[in-house]
Amino acid sequence: MGNMEMTTDIVVVGAGHAGCEAALACARLGLDTVMFTVSVDSIALMPCNPNIGGSSKGHLVREIDALGGEMGKNIDATFIQSKMLNKSKGPAVHSLRAQADKRDYSSRMRGVLENTEHLQIKQAEVTELLVEDGVLTGVKTYSGAIYRCKACVLCTGTYLKARCIYGDISSYTGPNGLQAANHLTESLKHHGVEMRRFKTGTPARIDGRSIDYSKMEEQFGDAKVVPFSFTTDPKEVQIDQISCWLTYTNEETHQIIRSNLDRSPLYSGMIEGTGPRYCPSIEDKVVKFADKSRHQVFIEPEGRYTNEMYVGGMSSSLPEDVQIAMYRSVPGLENAQIVRNAYAIEYDCIDARQLMPTLEFKKIPGLFSGGQFNGSSGYEEAAAQGLAAGINAALKTLGREQVIFDRSESYIGVLIDDLVTKENREPYRMMTSRSEYRLLLRQDNADLRLTPLGHRIGLISDERYEALLEKRRQIEEEMARVLTVNIGANEKVQTFLEQHESTPLKNGTTLVELIRRPELDYGVLAELDPFRPQYSEAVQEQVNINIKYDGYITRQKKQVEHFKKLENKKIPQDMDYFAIHGLRIEAQQKLEQYRPISVGQASRIAGVSPADISVLLIYMEQWRKK
Amino acid sequence: MSSFNGMNDTIAAISTGMTTSGIGIVRISGPEAVKIADRLFGAKSGKKLAEAQSHTIHYGFVRDDQEVIDEVLVMLMRGPRSFTAEDTVEINCHGGIYAMKRILETALKCGARPAEPGEFSKRAFLNGRIDLSQAEAVIDVINAKNEYALKSSVSQLKGSLQQKINSLRERLIYQIAFIESALDDPEHISLDGYPQKLERIVAELKQEIKVLLASSENGKLIKEGIRTVIVGKPNAGKSSLLNRLLGEERAIVTDIAGTTRDVLEEQMNLHGISLNIIDTAGIRETEDVVEKIGVDRAKNYAKDADLIIYVVDSSTELDENDDKIMEMIRDRKAIVLLNKMDLISVTTEEILQKKLSGQKVIPISARDGQGLELLENTLKEMFYQGEITFDDEIYVTNMRQKHALSEAKSSLERVEESIMADMPEDFFSIDLMSAYEELGSITGESVGEDLVNEIFSKFCMGK
Repeated sequence: MGNMEMTTDIVVVGAGHAGCEAALACARLGLDTVMFTVSVDSIALMPCNPNIGGSSKGHLVREIDALGGEMGKNIDATFIQSKMLNKSKGPAVHSLRAQADKRDYSSRMRGVLENTEHLQIKQAEVTELLVEDGVLTGVKTYSGAIYRCKACVLCTGTYLKARCIYGDISSYTGPNGLQAANHLTESLKHHGVEMRRFKTGTPARIDGRSIDYSKMEEQFGDAKVVPFSFTTDPKEVQIDQISCWLTYTNEETHQIIRSNLDRSPLYSGMIEGTGPRYCPSIEDKVVKFADKSRHQVFIEPEGRYTNEMYVGGMSSSLPEDVQIAMYRSVPGLENAQIVRNAYAIEYDCIDARQLMPTLEFKKIPGLFSGGQFNGSSGYEEAAAQGLAAGINAALKTLGREQVIFDRSESYIGVLIDDLVTKENREPYRMMTSRSEYRLLLRQDNADLRLTPLGHRIGLISDERYEALLEKRRQIEEEMARVLTVNIGANEKVQTFLEQHESTPLKNGTTLVELIRRPELDYGVLAELDPFRPQYSEAVQEQVNINIKYDGYITRQKKQVEHFKKLENKKIPQDMDYFAIHGLRIEAQQKLEQYRPISVGQASRIAGVSPADISVLLIYMEQWRKK
Repeated sequence: MSSFNGMNDTIAAISTGMTTSGIGIVRISGPEAVKIADRLFGAKSGKKLAEAQSHTIHYGFVRDDQEVIDEVLVMLMRGPRSFTAEDTVEINCHGGIYAMKRILETALKCGARPAEPGEFSKRAFLNGRIDLSQAEAVIDVINAKNEYALKSSVSQLKGSLQQKINSLRERLIYQIAFIESALDDPEHISLDGYPQKLERIVAELKQEIKVLLASSENGKLIKEGIRTVIVGKPNAGKSSLLNRLLGEERAIVTDIAGTTRDVLEEQMNLHGISLNIIDTAGIRETEDVVEKIGVDRAKNYAKDADLIIYVVDSSTELDENDDKIMEMIRDRKAIVLLNKMDLISVTTEEILQKKLSGQKVIPISARDGQGLELLENTLKEMFYQGEITFDDEIYVTNMRQKHALSEAKSSLERVEESIMADMPEDFFSIDLMSAYEELGSITGESVGEDLVNEIFSKFCMGK
């Protein structure tokens, strides 16, 4: 067999949401990049829910955008409905979610990739990693072709040894019947990578013509749509939106499920992989929450030009006949025609504690990974890691310092730190509750937090960076001005307060005091603030939030300061933990196994106690002095 | 998240023993030490410490608000010329426990944090003040402390404080998880009418914490230290031994067997090792009802003890009561004291050794102090070899619990303020979480994955 041999800078394996961001980041940083996929037609495929964003995931998309990633722009161009979730709550948990036209989403992304310089798409299955002297040097495809590279990013998603299951039917395919990748696992194991098996699932798709929407509640998008990307002109996203629909399961549905549980592969033991608790199948929900008489079901369009509807909330791996009976018991779905059956999918992935916070394998320099391969779930989580892994693969190749995302600075940081530090027994999903400092990590300030970093990396243009600096300057200027504005207890003011159901003033006060009242905000108070300069909505929003929640923000900033102290104490990578007198054996083993980069990271490893951290600090200090 | 404390805050502790003595010292160390001291100390000269020169002594009063607590001498030592190499203020006060406690409390109120066990030494080392061998001793202390914490978290599980705190935490985490799951899954979980409900729950929780705080005033919080129980037959000299160790007449000593009818509990510090000593009624078969209760209790205490000190009267013969006691201490950590060596011995060391399961025997005389040094050294050795565990700052540990309780209470008050101000629900969870963590610092648990697990186990999340 005459082996073809090629050379490139970077190889990206996989063209899902992680692979796309990784490949784009590398190519945009000027490195020759080859992106492999088992099917060019499935680039940026959304094999499960037809939406991007949602609680805390919306934050990730904003952050990806702030760093110069593509996901935000792509969904802005291809969404069919958009909603800001949690609007009645505080700004920390506002989160954007948009329904996507799946086909448009996929083909626009493909267009972007195809037109990016230095980026080459290649349809082939990567079957082998080439490692020499412990360092990654290239990959080999099924046909035997060799691609030599300086770094490789694995973004294999759910494709490794994928197996789809419903009832007693199972087939060794990836999502949507796509070809699985059956060889790479062996090569990874051969090079000392430990593999594990996770599972996830998806509901059926139903022909929209067979649905009776009159029995469902219509779910509209927001009247005023906010774009994901900081670069999208808000005017461009005010489109005609398509509705989703809400209906509910009932006792009959639950009865059908209960009486067929013995036929579920989940309960019969046919599925070995660990599934996500937050995305339970309908059979899981019925068993676990037996006291609930109904569960919500969201009917969501898969796109503008298809009749296929996604049945959100009813993922399942029950047999086909049970699925039909179960779906048809739901109001509005009595005559439902299933286009694609619901199924569970099992796949190989890794425990990401084998990675450094740069997403590079500790044991195989040059090999990076991102996305579901790392044990996460969700398009947004995947894209965020893909971007981070791509950036670091590129920076390493360029001989530049790599980037570690900090949990006090971004959700991406929380995501990666959780993955590479903590024990995750199930696919990891981002949630706002995972972020300790979420009041500082809002979706509205993602650009202020991360665009300077994106610019340093080289993914943000000078022009965009200048615009950000100008925005920041305006916010500071306006905050300083607002502090000096006094409000008298005059008639105009009292009438205004009365109109807004706010307590009248006894004495004069400051504008800041009024902004802090829950029923008022910076915007409505323009009326009492005649010399206010005109600023963009984005600037006004920042001024309002910074003033309104000042006390809480200050408290969180203090917590961050505390956090940073340990985070900034880096542990030398050649540290011999077994030589540290006084460390408990369990702590020695855990630290040796995971080799944290900082004392902060060490303190988050399960099995390492605060006392161990004290010992470690003392030892490091000794070591430093020697 | 672990609750590890960094180096850059200011710590305070009582640095003399917790026994009544002539002078007590409360030490404050850290970047804010002088500022904090100025808040509680008023010099007679009217001068602020911030303006004073290093290594000077100042006379004046410690005040909590307007109330004068004590007349004191304050030593000001600016870093690096101090034990910790940080700015340090030492308040020399009258040695009463009450005064020291009040001064420490005031220092905490003014912004200091209670010091962790061994923390002054740790800082001294990290700042280059003490050498390697001393530093290793510090590591030993931290380590032993660590084991102690592990052990106590198990053995104290049945303690009522632990149960109480756990119950408070469970209710808090449930509410936090409810809010969080509603935020992460707004379409499935509604927060309508929730603030009113939470307000009631927070009021309840706050009330319960208040009750705990009130009880801590009476010293009812768990006392930590090596739980040491002194047992022995009536009139073997248990109370004399306790008095000898404490250096004062605390237990009633008479020649009448069975004088100690209840259980006396004392805390003492032996070369930095804290003992929580329980003097028990003598163990013998008895018909006296009151004494019987005392005897039963003694047996119970011995069951839970970390260390048993068995006092034998060498001037009398061993009898069936001694056999019972030796059975009780079989395979337990125990030291056997052959007391009354100043009298003529009837029971000798050899006779005892034969009957014991390998415990060390030390001849002493509680009356004239003979053999006590050997006892102290033996205790020290057992501790350093990890045979018994300890806690070296009993009082401060209690202070820490109290501090944590009042911090938790303040956090709940902030939740109430947020509810009153109609803040969005996600703001509630910020301070609910602080309360949860503060309470967790009492029981030694960290937050970790609690929240995420609670969310998944209690609420139906998901698309």
